[in-house]
Amino acid sequence: MTTTTTKTTTTTGRRSLGEWWNNLNRFQQWAILIPLVVFIYALPELNPPIITTEPGYDFPIAMFEVARYALIAIGLNVVVGQAGLLDLGYVGFFAIGAYVAALFTSPDSALTKLPFLAVLPIAMAITMVFGVILGSPTLRLRGDYLAIVTLGFGEIVRLLADNLEPLRGNQGFQQVGHPPGTHADGTPIFNNTDGTPWYWLTVTIIILILVLVGNLERSRVGRSWVAIRDDEDAAAIMGVNTFKFKIWAFVIGAAIGGLSGALYAGQLAFVNNQKFDVVTSMLFLAAVILGGSGNKVGVILGAIIVAYIPARFLGIAEYRYLIFGLALIVLMIFRPQGLLGARQRLLTYGRQAYQRLLGRGEQISHDASVSTDRNGGV
Amino acid sequence: MSIHHHLSSLYLAQSDSLISFDVEGLVDQFWSNTVDGLAQGSIYALVALGYTLVYGVLKLINFAHSEVFIYGAYATWFTFYALGFRPGPTAELAIFELVGFLLLALLAAVLVSGATAVVLERVAYRPLRNRGAPRLVFLITAIGASFVLQQLIFIWRGGNPEQAIRLLRPEPVFEIFGASVTNITIVIVLASILLWLVADTFVNRTRFGRGIRAVAQDPDTATLMGVNKERVIMMTFLIGGLLAGAAALFYMMKIPQGAAYQGGFLLGIKAFTAAVLGGIGNLRGALLGGLLLGLMENYGQSLFGGEWRDVVAFVLLVLILMFRPTGILGESLGKARV
Repeated sequence: MTTTTTKTTTTTGRRSLGEWWNNLNRFQQWAILIPLVVFIYALPELNPPIITTEPGYDFPIAMFEVARYALIAIGLNVVVGQAGLLDLGYVGFFAIGAYVAALFTSPDSALTKLPFLAVLPIAMAITMVFGVILGSPTLRLRGDYLAIVTLGFGEIVRLLADNLEPLRGNQGFQQVGHPPGTHADGTPIFNNTDGTPWYWLTVTIIILILVLVGNLERSRVGRSWVAIRDDEDAAAIMGVNTFKFKIWAFVIGAAIGGLSGALYAGQLAFVNNQKFDVVTSMLFLAAVILGGSGNKVGVILGAIIVAYIPARFLGIAEYRYLIFGLALIVLMIFRPQGLLGARQRLLTYGRQAYQRLLGRGEQISHDASVSTDRNGGV
Repeated sequence: MSIHHHLSSLYLAQSDSLISFDVEGLVDQFWSNTVDGLAQGSIYALVALGYTLVYGVLKLINFAHSEVFIYGAYATWFTFYALGFRPGPTAELAIFELVGFLLLALLAAVLVSGATAVVLERVAYRPLRNRGAPRLVFLITAIGASFVLQQLIFIWRGGNPEQAIRLLRPEPVFEIFGASVTNITIVIVLASILLWLVADTFVNRTRFGRGIRAVAQDPDTATLMGVNKERVIMMTFLIGGLLAGAAALFYMMKIPQGAAYQGGFLLGIKAFTAAVLGGIGNLRGALLGGLLLGLMENYGQSLFGGEWRDVVAFVLLVLILMFRPTGILGESLGKARV
């Protein structure tokens, strides 16, 4: 009954799913959400037979990897999906976060030791500073040049990790810190063989970040991002301070990247100069693009695909770059918006106004913004 | 004498900081760096021409051009292999044999690289053009294509670079200011400049080159004037691929362990830096940018140490894009000429 109202609606299952979700009342939404979240938390304990990655790959660790990728994808999505800035050096921020965590917690570093949970906000703050340093001169560039500059930045960060003596190159930092707490027998709860506590921590952080980013998207900031992404010149003419909002997107994305880097360092309890190469950046980008940039659910799906499939099917793990590369090419030709496309488009706003004019406004939120998210019900 | 003394004390003062500055080394090795930088730079210039041409015509950063290049490097290696040469000591060859084999390798490299570039354009970019996709979609496709081409080699040949097969032993021919110039350097620099001249003449003097410039300037009007846009685009990719193939042979002569599956990435990004440095879309800029980048990299390597060589290139890339994105000579493929 909702899908056939306008001819502009792309009548796909996804669109109707989104509308179905929005037409539920708050209570019904919670009734679905709460069991889903409980199920997500319980996953590593349940270890369901088909989903499990064992015996080839420890399942809780795999789940942590998936969650880590999801967090990265959500962060990169703010930059790529929301504001439309192609960032090929996101791994640089990830690396900075990992190194900040290592420098402040590892006994191999000369700096003052801090508790791990205190280091997480510090890692975010420092990556934000780097985001401003990189962003303020470069965000005035056109899109493809920006992509190359960020690529160069990512490589510079990696090479600095190689070359700067205090960063210890390949030797790296051992015994990176972890959150407090011990089991009854005195072993720490957060250790690098048990992925479950790390998974729970990351999922909790993801939920917090989703709420924060979701609120940002529904605010004036988010509407500015969408306007910039869809047509920067038009946005500027309408009085959107494009540069300011681009910097914001860039910096918020950087902070989330730094946070995930710090978590990665903590779980592995080791940081060295490996794993911060361009290929990793591309894998992050693939997660966002495959899932559907601009759509939070989509990028999480993309992250699950990119992180889970190589862990589940170890036979194809070697070919994952080939597969994701092919997937990018094919997707760009046949479905450039990704598996789940962005829901917020300028056209959507127009469509909403149109529907309201026809007296169908009750299907959509009262807010002028398009709220297709969980809090946006009537 | 006093200047020299002053410089060495500067070096001492800096030596315990994070990055040491070996000013003395820079001065001492200036000429040998210059010679080597020119050889390196002319390879960059040839690859940069491919970026510049495609960018000029399509406004597309052909991210997969680095793989077009590395396919040429593999073609060179397999040509030598098929001719019966094996990794190890340099073979003793009569001069006409040597020239013949090198020309054969050149032919193989340009054919493979050219074919890769054209196939890439047909398979990955043309469908997007037909759909009128936005520019970032092209760039993402290019990244995907780069991944795929790289991984195909990885699956086929594994992660280790091919062992060097050398046909031409580097021998000093003459000296300038105490820096010896090897036969390989002479061949690379002269052949690169010659190839650049051919490309420049082709684009600026021939009928087909006029078509390329017309499409770069205004694709729609060019089509109305009877230019076959699709053919021009294919030709642009082909020329870029041919030049990259030639660059691949020179690269393999200079850096024998060059054929590695991700070996193209670094060279590709440096060649792109060279193209932007000179002014992307500008053929003369590509040559100037390539040579300048080769020189600056070598000077930087002397000044900061070998491990900073790539950092010099990347910092240069970021700085140019930030402060002078049009490059030294400006972007000009599409400019009207009378």
